[in-house]
Amino acid sequence: MVAIVDYGVGNLFSLRSSFSIIGENVFVTGDPDVIRSADRIILPGVGAFGDAAKKLSDSGLADVLKELAKEGKPILGICLGMQLLFDKSYEYGEHEGLGLVKGNVRPIADKVTADYKIPHIGWNALKFTDKKSPLFKYIKEGDCVYFVHSYYGADCEESLTATAEYGFDVTAAVENGNVYGTQFHPEKSGEVGMKILKAFCEL
Amino acid sequence: MITKRIIPCLDVKDGRVVKGVNFLGLADVSSPVKLAKFYSDNGADELVFYDITASAEGRALFTDILCEAASTIFIPLTVGGGINTVDDFDRVLKCGADKVSVNSGAIRNPDLINAAAQKYGDQCVVLSVDAKRVDGTYHVFAKGGREDTGMDAIEWIKRGQSMGAGEIVLNSIDTDGVKGGFDLEMLGAVCEIATVPVIASGGAGNMEHFTELFKTLPKVDAGLAASIFHFGEVDIHDLKKTLDSNGIIVRL
Repeated sequence: MVAIVDYGVGNLFSLRSSFSIIGENVFVTGDPDVIRSADRIILPGVGAFGDAAKKLSDSGLADVLKELAKEGKPILGICLGMQLLFDKSYEYGEHEGLGLVKGNVRPIADKVTADYKIPHIGWNALKFTDKKSPLFKYIKEGDCVYFVHSYYGADCEESLTATAEYGFDVTAAVENGNVYGTQFHPEKSGEVGMKILKAFCEL
Repeated sequence: MITKRIIPCLDVKDGRVVKGVNFLGLADVSSPVKLAKFYSDNGADELVFYDITASAEGRALFTDILCEAASTIFIPLTVGGGINTVDDFDRVLKCGADKVSVNSGAIRNPDLINAAAQKYGDQCVVLSVDAKRVDGTYHVFAKGGREDTGMDAIEWIKRGQSMGAGEIVLNSIDTDGVKGGFDLEMLGAVCEIATVPVIASGGAGNMEHFTELFKTLPKVDAGLAASIFHFGEVDIHDLKKTLDSNGIIVRL
């Protein structure tokens, strides 16, 4: 069973549907007990980091996620959900993340010239790193996935599993033991995305 | 590298696709869900559902259809038509839309752009502009292109961006329906000032028009069309192969 953590940010309709399509039992929930009883956990998110981080900690779910990460339960953060896994974000100020993956979140605008529009939005090709991720076992390098973001995961070389070229190598996916993150939206990335979610469900 | 996007647009009225659709092998050609699935399976990078219904019943049918489409296909969905308030954003986002496009609603009340961008993020707000040449400048037209607002299109787009629009759809009324190619001149003027992605609309008649669009204006991010896809005049797979062989980066 997969639990999609509902902490009041973002639109979880497509995410829930995509797990149903691959035949996975799925719950959208903010209940710590249901989240604890799940085999796998999805941390979604769109919007601003500060607001999302506050909601996670105010609801007590931040502590639940940290506890489950320690127990070895597979956790996948998607988009802002990936960014929340890091130590710190510099989006409108400075905000603490969950600290489950070493790294920080910084503006794309600091890295690219004005020729690159922000947000980085659209389909971009994945480049794998030497750290081979089990999430990618059904897809190949060069496959395209859908991105929408204005900030990126920085200072995370040791956990990096894939990047995408957008004026520089943008962090596309990270991994620290049982904690995974994708900057792109697998639930909006057609068949390639479904294969990534399927691989996550087999962990 | 980010790829150029190809986006079919479906006009939906009372829950059915209008503007004839003619596909071999597709039994129910006016089912938005089946058509959306067909496009998604055939290489479309994104879909636009445009609700042209006026009645409340039609609107409810539209959201049902949207929910069904969003639980069947997994590429980005943009919804437009009849978006006048932040509640309208809420209504379609809950049904699985990823982006919402505003047009006349934003002309009447420009603060809608601001309010929606603050609530849902810039990436969620698409500013759709119908523009036409008037006395040597480009004017914004409202109500589906029937009414000249007198506003300068370039200034309106600048304002929309500064208020939080995350993408611009530029539909040239001058080239729309003519099938003689995109309005490269008007698009070029918009690309000069655009800081967010620009989607070209109006005028595509064949594959070469897309090649010409992306070759002439590398700053254009996507091409949108309706009837040439619906009538099978252009197959999206073939189009993307043609673009690829012309050195334009696409998702194959």
